[in-house]
Amino acid sequence: MAPLIELRNVSTHYVSQRGTRVVRAVEDVSFSLNAGQTLGIVGESGSGKSTLALTLLRVLPTAARIAGGQILLEGDDLVPKDEEEMRRIRGKKIAMILQDPMASLNPLFTIGDQVGEPIRLHEGASRKEAWRRAIDLLKAVRIPAAETRVRQYPHEMSGGMRQRIVGAIGISCEPRLLIADEPTTSLDLTIQAQYLKLLRDLQEEHKLGLIFITHNLGIVAKMCDLLVVMYAGRVVESGPVSRVFNTPYHPYTEALLQSIPRMSDTRERLTAIDGQPPDMSALPLGCAFAARCPKVFDRCRKEAPPEFSPEEGRIARCWLPIQAAGEAQP
Amino acid sequence: MKQYILRRLGYSLLSLVLLSLTIFLFIRLTGDPTTLLTEPGASAADIEAVRHRLGLDLPLWKQYAVFVFSLLRGDLGDSFYYQTPVFELYFSRLPNSLTLAIAAMGFSLVLGIPSGILASVRVGRFWDNAGKIFALLGLSVPSFLVGLLMILFFSVYLQWLPSSGTGGISHLLMPAFALGWYFAAAHMRMTRSSMLEVLGSEYVKLARLKGLPESMVIAKHAFKNALIPVLTLAGINLIQMINVAVVVETVFAWPGIGRLLYEGVSFRDFPVVQGIVIMGGAMIVATNLLVDIVYATIDPRIRMEK
Repeated sequence: MAPLIELRNVSTHYVSQRGTRVVRAVEDVSFSLNAGQTLGIVGESGSGKSTLALTLLRVLPTAARIAGGQILLEGDDLVPKDEEEMRRIRGKKIAMILQDPMASLNPLFTIGDQVGEPIRLHEGASRKEAWRRAIDLLKAVRIPAAETRVRQYPHEMSGGMRQRIVGAIGISCEPRLLIADEPTTSLDLTIQAQYLKLLRDLQEEHKLGLIFITHNLGIVAKMCDLLVVMYAGRVVESGPVSRVFNTPYHPYTEALLQSIPRMSDTRERLTAIDGQPPDMSALPLGCAFAARCPKVFDRCRKEAPPEFSPEEGRIARCWLPIQAAGEAQP
Repeated sequence: MKQYILRRLGYSLLSLVLLSLTIFLFIRLTGDPTTLLTEPGASAADIEAVRHRLGLDLPLWKQYAVFVFSLLRGDLGDSFYYQTPVFELYFSRLPNSLTLAIAAMGFSLVLGIPSGILASVRVGRFWDNAGKIFALLGLSVPSFLVGLLMILFFSVYLQWLPSSGTGGISHLLMPAFALGWYFAAAHMRMTRSSMLEVLGSEYVKLARLKGLPESMVIAKHAFKNALIPVLTLAGINLIQMINVAVVVETVFAWPGIGRLLYEGVSFRDFPVVQGIVIMGGAMIVATNLLVDIVYATIDPRIRMEK
């Protein structure tokens, strides 16, 4: 059986109006995810996480274009599809929850209208039917007094409630894949925990594939089966979460893991990664992380490492495991 | 909602009181109207008789009291020059002015809003640039020049349209265009910038992510939000059209309130000027009140405000 979603060497580039400047926001990204599984995508701001999410749904800004690769949804490539076909997939088969719940709802329409909108659109439900389903969805995301809330406007809700409503919109047409882009950054910790539990329950109930875009490795540890680490638009490491956490192959992953504060810490200061992420419009010749890497050596600066699989199910884009494998079997 | 309207009403009355005081004092700085109303060389006694008849011999505060109390009874006084009630004069001219202002507003919205939307969805492309040139021309070419050029071309050269006066649609076309021209550009620019802001918002992104067709994203989710600032501007502009119409009405000899005001100022006809300013002010205040209420019905957040 084909995986729910599989990306093969996907690249998305931003091209300036005259075509002189190209930003390779997403470059040569591959991963796959089965139904019912959760994938975490982590990386610094500007590493291409959000662009990757928008690429999956092909809702990109006008300056961006998919430069290559395949996006297979249950074996069916999305890249060559026209706008009309994509429209029928958005919100229906792949849904997305945006970063900012406070800004994601239109201030001029009722909650019921906005939650019911995809149902009317994709399933041709009547206004009345969509309204009834909206109430059920609000109950499903545990909004108290759903019958009253459905008639209210976004400004009458708290942040946590709005986030759950955005979640309700996400699952309104029972999508196969739900992408959540930093869904908890603007929520306080207790609400965060509740929301994550809610997403988990919804996932189990609907056998959802879930993609979590975050820079919170704690959430990844709790929620995800698979992990993809992005740096400067590329996947630098990927694999099952527990194995990546135990034995990271890429120095960047290692550094990320060390920067998580732990209860058992006796360190005085948190470990930070020195330096700045590279300028995406002028990437260095070699490995993009070379300038900040503690284990850098000559080859890293001259040549970008290819994708390499040091063990079954794992991928790392680093010269170190490649060399180690080379030494093991000369 | 009820409390909201009451509060707005209170502010409106206060503005009108301040306005009446201001115009009453300022029009009296223009000089003595009796010199324009008597024969040259009239005797001091004759002049004094005219002053007494017009009530100009009373102390200033008494004149103001007379003005305000007759205003409360719905009387704006009699014109010094025409010797008829200002109310009658005003209402005889009002239909002409309103016809012109509404035609000009309609024209400016019909041209401004769609071209603004078009520019915003084609930002940086041909239609956006065409719109920018149009906006530049609209905002920088004054209405009297547009009016005179049109008279030259359509009335003198082509002889298609009458150059002045009222009558059918043919009389209305040029003044409405001259008056609406500037505002069409202003409405276009406001629509464009407002649409651009809304199109970049997260909720428009979410509407696209829901799978809505782009036409619906623009018409339902973006346009309704973008309309709010455009509506405010149009409300304020409708008022301006009645003021700015002084110039356009003079150019086209359009017998509206603008021309009446122009005459009133020339003859130092105090009651006419006071009356028009108060009536104009009342219209401004009423329009603002209406815009506020329309706002509140469109936007639920304002409705809730205490």
